[in-house]
Amino acid sequence: MKKVLLGNEAIARGAWEAGVVFASAYPGTPSSEILENLAKYEEIQAEWATNEKDALLAAAGAALTGVRAMASMKHVGVNVAADPLMTLSYTGIEGGLVLVTADDPSMYSSQNEQDNRHYARFAKVPMLEPSDGQEAKDFTKLAFELSERFDTPVMLRTVTRVSHSRTVVELGERQELNRPFKLEPNEQKYTMIPAFAGPRHRFVEERMERLKEFAEGFEHNRVELKDTSVGIIASGIVYQHAKEVFPDYSFLKLGMVWPLPEKLIKDFASKVKELWVIEELDPFLEENIRAMGVEVHLGKDRIPICGELSPTRILEAIQGKPFEPQIKYPNPIPPRPPNLCAGCPHRGPIYALKKLKLFVNGDIGCYTLGTLPPLKALHTTICMGSSVGMTHGMAKVMGKEALGKLICVLGESTFLHAGITPLLNAIYNRSNATVFVLNNWTTAMTGAQEHPASGYTAKGERTHAVDFAELAKALGVKPENIREVNPYKIDELIEVIKEEVNKDEPSFIVTKDGPCALLRRAIKSYNPPLHVDEDVCTGCRQCLELGCPALYWDPSKAGEYKTADGKVKRRKGVAAINDLLCNGCGLCYQVCKFGAIKGETEEIPIGFELQRPE
Amino acid sequence: MGKDVTNILVCGVGGQGVILASGVMADTFLKAGYDVKQGEVHGMAQRGGSVVSHIKFGQKVYSPLIKMGEADYLFATEKLEALRWIEYCTSSTVIIADTIQINPPAVNRGEMEYPADVEDFLKGNFEKVYLIPATEIAKELGNARAANVVLLGAFSTFMPVEEAVWKEALLERLPKKLHELNLQAFEKGRLAV
Repeated sequence: MKKVLLGNEAIARGAWEAGVVFASAYPGTPSSEILENLAKYEEIQAEWATNEKDALLAAAGAALTGVRAMASMKHVGVNVAADPLMTLSYTGIEGGLVLVTADDPSMYSSQNEQDNRHYARFAKVPMLEPSDGQEAKDFTKLAFELSERFDTPVMLRTVTRVSHSRTVVELGERQELNRPFKLEPNEQKYTMIPAFAGPRHRFVEERMERLKEFAEGFEHNRVELKDTSVGIIASGIVYQHAKEVFPDYSFLKLGMVWPLPEKLIKDFASKVKELWVIEELDPFLEENIRAMGVEVHLGKDRIPICGELSPTRILEAIQGKPFEPQIKYPNPIPPRPPNLCAGCPHRGPIYALKKLKLFVNGDIGCYTLGTLPPLKALHTTICMGSSVGMTHGMAKVMGKEALGKLICVLGESTFLHAGITPLLNAIYNRSNATVFVLNNWTTAMTGAQEHPASGYTAKGERTHAVDFAELAKALGVKPENIREVNPYKIDELIEVIKEEVNKDEPSFIVTKDGPCALLRRAIKSYNPPLHVDEDVCTGCRQCLELGCPALYWDPSKAGEYKTADGKVKRRKGVAAINDLLCNGCGLCYQVCKFGAIKGETEEIPIGFELQRPE
Repeated sequence: MGKDVTNILVCGVGGQGVILASGVMADTFLKAGYDVKQGEVHGMAQRGGSVVSHIKFGQKVYSPLIKMGEADYLFATEKLEALRWIEYCTSSTVIIADTIQINPPAVNRGEMEYPADVEDFLKGNFEKVYLIPATEIAKELGNARAANVVLLGAFSTFMPVEEAVWKEALLERLPKKLHELNLQAFEKGRLAV
């Protein structure tokens, strides 16, 4: 049967067909749907891990019992998992072990566009790169076969355009392996003390030689000879783009991007007049092909290193001139960047940080959107957990000079992923860092995945939920410096934050009762929309500083107006509320000094009515 | 449809159902026996940002991305978004757009203006422009969120695929309680062009 599948769904399907019984992942665009789909198969124990290192280790442990296991993550997640990866390459596996890296050229939702093909070479493991959904499914199955045949973890690399494209996939059946669990000590293979690691390194080098030999005859390293005036070497999605632009040229399509088939490449090069290497991001193939002594006539001298490729960009690069559109709109088009949602529980805390004019180390999550105008409250974002680690360093060197000036802010999923150890570091090393955790009950940015404090597993089972205040106490934050705040109460937020950033000791603030405004299972009911009383609004624009998508400026009401006490004043316009978008969170009501924002009732509810996990 | 591959660019604002509409298109073209690819970007775009999805169908499709200047159809669930992607079009591209205006943040804050000439510009530069009050039609049916399906109905009349196949693909993607509303929305859309 044929079906249109998202690339990530196809990877999950491939793992299921390959007989995988365990899968672990930390959510990250563009990889998240792999585990979301794996969790739907009852034969697979699929988990959200605390972070990518834990995901890879859990999969490696499962594979050590002889079953097939998979870990999936976004490109930067592999940085976190790199520590075990480098040595798992030495130990090899019992059951097949596959690591999926989903790269994000053009950074649609990432902090960098690193090229994870380098990891295959670095860790000395094979890497397959599918170019569409069918290959995503087929290569996932092949990756497990290669893993077991060559005693190695195998990396499967996708990019946003493969992971998030829907293409036609032929579905297959599941291969039920029914393997008995192994629990046989083999310390020379799995205990990497120097005496055993030395021989394993030699094994890795020999394995690489065998893999190179295999790559020469690998059916997915495919030569398509047509017009031989130009021969193009490409892999993955770039093959599809290049094939569309140059349907008549010859191609060497590499399904395996590491190790490379040297004889096949040289043979292909000898059959074409000009050899082009077209690849996204780094000149990974090109440099390795040049190192073979093969002449490359066109590569990164023309094809851009930065940003995603497309048929248009390849054509522009090769023609050496930008595309000239036939129709252009002559005036500026207002941009439409992503924004914190109406009723978002992050808006209040970020607004409070801005009001206090603090230097704010931010982190990876929805709150990063607080960097953009009008909030403009975040000043750094590096990687998961960076906010806490860097705040400690800043606080430590500045000492008392940091008081009242410095804070970090991160979501609870990010804190659990990489914020606990840097907080411990700050406590141990006696800095005055203040850590502000925005607990919205879910991993929101990537589409609401569960985590160790949400109370649910990836399969929807109930589980233990971390208590953040207890955790901070156990790490060593003094009880009086641990504060729980309501993210919808602006005065309370400002007061608590101000107190804690002025203490010369580590502090921990966590939001309470502020689930993601899109989290259906947590919100019992929204509030009725608020409205602006046009007789009262002075047009001061303070509420617009919240950057709420439901609030807008209405210049048609500019001019003279009469205040309640009968005075005539002038204004440039009024604020207005879109009642389709407003869910009555109550923030703008608190921000308006003139009482112009009103609700259906005298008393305005602050925050939403919640339903907690039983 | 003389070319081997037909290119459709679907765009709108996060939350308007651009992804659903493109998913239904992709399923429909597969059911009708074509090769199909659809490329989109998830993540940040869902937070009220611009969303765009490329759909290509034909005997054999390579890249999921449409070459600039080669869109055959531009399907926009918001009219300003249609303008944002017109460099993918030529004057012969068929434009199908909802007349709804959703202000971007800079307009909400009074820092920029929503272009007043969107509809005139589209009418003046393209041979075939269908501006449809899809959100209004959907509201009359009881749910503004079905606007994407109204547009889908309108769009379907241009495609070499039978109405029944469209409806089957549409209903497969929706929970049962939404079937009646969406079938009505689809049919209203078919009558709107």
